[in-house]
Amino acid sequence: MLIASAATDKFIALTVDGLTLGSVYALIALGYTLVYGVLKLLNFAHGDVVMIGSYIGFGMLRLLGGSNDLVIPWVLALIVITLTAMAGCAGLGVAIERFAYRPLRDAPRIAPLISALGVSFFLAYSMQLLFGAQYRDYDLFSLPGNPLFLNGFRIDNVQISVVRIIIVVSAIVLCIALWFLVNRTRTGKAMKATSYDREAAAMMGINIDRVIVFTFVLGSSLAGAAGVLFAIRVPTQVSLGFILGLKGFTAAVIGGIGSIPGAMAGGLILGFAESYAAGYWPGSAGTRWTDLVIFSILILFMIFRPQGLLGRPDIKKV
Amino acid sequence: MSDTTPHAPLGPEGENPPVTSPAIGQDEWVARHLDRRLPPRLGKVEERLRQVPWWAWLTLFIGAACMLPVFSSSGYVRRIGFDTVLYMMLALGLNVVVGWGGLLDLGYVAFYGIGAYTYALLASDHYDIHLWSVVVIPIVVVIGAAAGFLLGLPSRRLSGDYLAIVTLFFLQLFQTLTVNGDQFFFDLGNVTGGANGILNVDPLDFFGREIAVQHNGVFAVDYYFIALGFFAVVFVALRFVNLSRTGRAWRSQREDPLAAEVMGMPVNWLKLLSFAFGAAVAALTGVLFASLNASVFPLSFYFVLLITVYTMVILGGQGSQAGVVLGAIIISVLLELLRDPAHARDVFYVCVAAGLVLAFWRRWKVGLGVAGGLVAFGFVVHAIAQAIDTSWTAGSGGACDPTAGTCPSNWVDVWVALPDDLASWIAPVSYIGLIVAALTLTVLTGWWRIVLLVPTLYLAAFVWENVMLAKPEPTRYIVIGVILISLMILRPNGLLGERRVEIV
Repeated sequence: MLIASAATDKFIALTVDGLTLGSVYALIALGYTLVYGVLKLLNFAHGDVVMIGSYIGFGMLRLLGGSNDLVIPWVLALIVITLTAMAGCAGLGVAIERFAYRPLRDAPRIAPLISALGVSFFLAYSMQLLFGAQYRDYDLFSLPGNPLFLNGFRIDNVQISVVRIIIVVSAIVLCIALWFLVNRTRTGKAMKATSYDREAAAMMGINIDRVIVFTFVLGSSLAGAAGVLFAIRVPTQVSLGFILGLKGFTAAVIGGIGSIPGAMAGGLILGFAESYAAGYWPGSAGTRWTDLVIFSILILFMIFRPQGLLGRPDIKKV
Repeated sequence: MSDTTPHAPLGPEGENPPVTSPAIGQDEWVARHLDRRLPPRLGKVEERLRQVPWWAWLTLFIGAACMLPVFSSSGYVRRIGFDTVLYMMLALGLNVVVGWGGLLDLGYVAFYGIGAYTYALLASDHYDIHLWSVVVIPIVVVIGAAAGFLLGLPSRRLSGDYLAIVTLFFLQLFQTLTVNGDQFFFDLGNVTGGANGILNVDPLDFFGREIAVQHNGVFAVDYYFIALGFFAVVFVALRFVNLSRTGRAWRSQREDPLAAEVMGMPVNWLKLLSFAFGAAVAALTGVLFASLNASVFPLSFYFVLLITVYTMVILGGQGSQAGVVLGAIIISVLLELLRDPAHARDVFYVCVAAGLVLAFWRRWKVGLGVAGGLVAFGFVVHAIAQAIDTSWTAGSGGACDPTAGTCPSNWVDVWVALPDDLASWIAPVSYIGLIVAALTLTVLTGWWRIVLLVPTLYLAAFVWENVMLAKPEPTRYIVIGVILISLMILRPNGLLGERRVEIV
C-alpha cells in the first residue's frame, strides 16, 4: 500500500509539473500559431521575444525595489511585471514585423524564414552584449514570508505551491482572453478571414497590414507573459530563447500549426511528455533524455499525422 | 542605402541595347534583366569574364590559394586559411540543400558533427581503434549520407516549414546526445565523452604514415593543402552533379515541386538525394576538423555555426558555387578580424567608407557631402564633449584592455568621443538608440534620410568603439545577424547568385 501511494504521489507531482511547463509552452506555441495562421511564416525570433520578455520583467522587478524590498504588494507587483513585459514584447514584435518581415512579404517563402533566423540571432546576441550571459534570477524566494513557494494546497502528500497555480491560472486566463478576442471581435474575425485567404480578405475591405500588426501584438504579448511566467520559477538567461522557442515551435507543430486550440493541446502534450520522461525514464538520468522523447513524438506526428493534432491538412491547389 | 529599389530598371529604357529574344524556357523579364545589367563598356568586360569556363576559374583559385603559405609563414595565417577552406566546403554542401534543393535544412551542422564524431570514434584512443584514414573517410561519408537520408525520410512529404522544425530539433537532439553520451542508456557506456568530448584523436595518415599537425611548433602546411585537395574534389564532384540530369531536376523541383512531379520527376527521391549529398559533404568536412584539432566537443557543432554557414551561403548567393565560396571567404575572414578588437576598429571604418561609396555611387556629390559632414560632425561633437568634461574623451574605447595594459592609440581617438568611464546606462541607451535611428532611416525618404544619416553613422561609431568592441564574442554574431537580415531585404540573391523571379 505504501509503494502504491508513493507511486501515486510521484504521478501527481509529475502531472502538476507537466501542467506548469505545458501552460508556458502553450503560451509560446500560441504565438507561433497565430503568426503562422496569418502570414504562413514560422517566426523563429519568437523564442527570443520570450527571453526578452523575461528580461523586461526582471528589469521591472528591479525598478519596483527587488523581490525582498518591494514597494507595492507582491500580487500587484507580479501583475505590473507581467503587463510591462507584455507591452514591451508587443512593441518589439511590431518592430520585427515592420522592419524584418514586411519588406519580404512577397518574396519566395524561404526569404522571410532566413530573415527570421537573422532576427533571432541578432536579438539573442544583442541581449548578451548589453546584459551579459549570466543567469538572472527573479529571486521570488526572498519575498517576505515566501508566499509563492511555501503556501499552496495538498493532493495526497504532494504540495502544490502557489507559484504553480499562478502560472497555470494565468495561462488559462490568457488563453480564454485570446479565444474571446479571436472569436468574438471584429478584428478577430478579420484575422480569421486573412488566414483563410489573404487576397480575398483584402478585397473585402480588410486592412491586411493592420491585421498582421495586430497578430504580432497578440502573439508577442503572449510571449512576454510566457517569459515572465517561466522566469518566476526558474532563472532566465539569454540562450534560453533558443530552447524555449524550439519547444514552443514543436508544440505548435504537434498541435497543428495555425490552430489555436491545437497550440494549447500541443503545449500541454509537450509539457507532460517532458515531465513524465524525466520522471519515468529507467534509471536516474531521465532529465537528460527528454529531448529524445520529444523528438520521437515529433517524428511520429510527422509520419502519421503531419498536419498535427487539430490542424487542417494542407491542400495544394494547382 | 541605394536610391534604386531592387526592381527598378537600372537605366532609362532608351539606353538599353536591343532586347534579345529570350531563350526557350527563360522568362522574358529575366532575359531583359540580363541585358540591363551594366553599362556597355563594363558589360563587355563582364561578358568576357562570363565566357571563361568554370574549371579555369577553379584552377586559378586553387593556384592562388596554394600561394598563401608561400607568402606567409605564420602559423596563425595558415590556420585561418585551413578554417576558411573548411567553411568553404561546408558552404558548398549547404548550397546543395538550400541553393539547389531549395530545402531549409536547419540540422546541417549536425552532419558535420556526425562526421567528426565518427572519425573520432574510429581513429582515436577512445575505443583504441586506429583505422587508416583511407578506410575511415569512405565510412564517414557513407554514414553522413545515410544520416541525411534518414533525417529526410520523415520530412519527405513535408513543405519547408515542417522540414525546418524537424531538422532544427534534430540539431538540438544531436547536441543532447553528444553532451550526455558519456552515460548512454541501455548501458552502452561512454560513447561520446560527454561535454569533455573525445581527446587524442589521430591525425590523418597516408596508408599508415601519420601526417603531423604541427611542424616545429608551427601549424603544418600539409593540412592546408590536404583541405584544399578535398575542397577541389568536392567542388568538381558537385559541379558535375549539378550539370547532370539530377542537378537539373533539383532546380526544377525547387522552383515548382508540383509541376516537377507532374512532369514525372521523383520529387521526394530528389529531396532525399540533396539531403544526402549535403550531409555527406558536411561529414567529410568533419573528418578534417576532427583530425586537425585532435579532439571533438559537442559545442563545436551548434546553432551558431549553422547560422554562420547560412550567412556564407546567402551572402555569396544561393545556388552559385563560386558565390558560396566567396561568401565563405568573406565571412570567415570578417569573423577572424572581429575577434581582435584592434583589427575590428578599422574594419568598421572600412565598411562605412565602402558602404557610402556603394550607396552614393550615382550621386557622388551627395556622398561627398555626407562624408564631409560626418567628419565635421564628429570633430564638433568631440570638441563639445571635451569642453564639457575632459573625461568624456579621455578613454580609449572598448578595444583597450586595461588589465593587459595594451591601449593601442588610433587615429580616430581625436574624432569619436571615448568616455574614460562608461556609465552603465550608456551602453543600452546608445545601442538601442542606434537601432532605433537605423530603423528610422529605412522609413525616411529624400533629404531627411541623408540628414539623419550623419548622426546615425556617428552614433554607430560611438557604439562600436565603446560598447561593441568591449565584447567581441556577441559582436561577431550581431554582425552576422545584421548581415543576414539586410541581405534578405536588399539583395536576396547574394553577391553572385542569379536573381530568382516568381512567376505568378
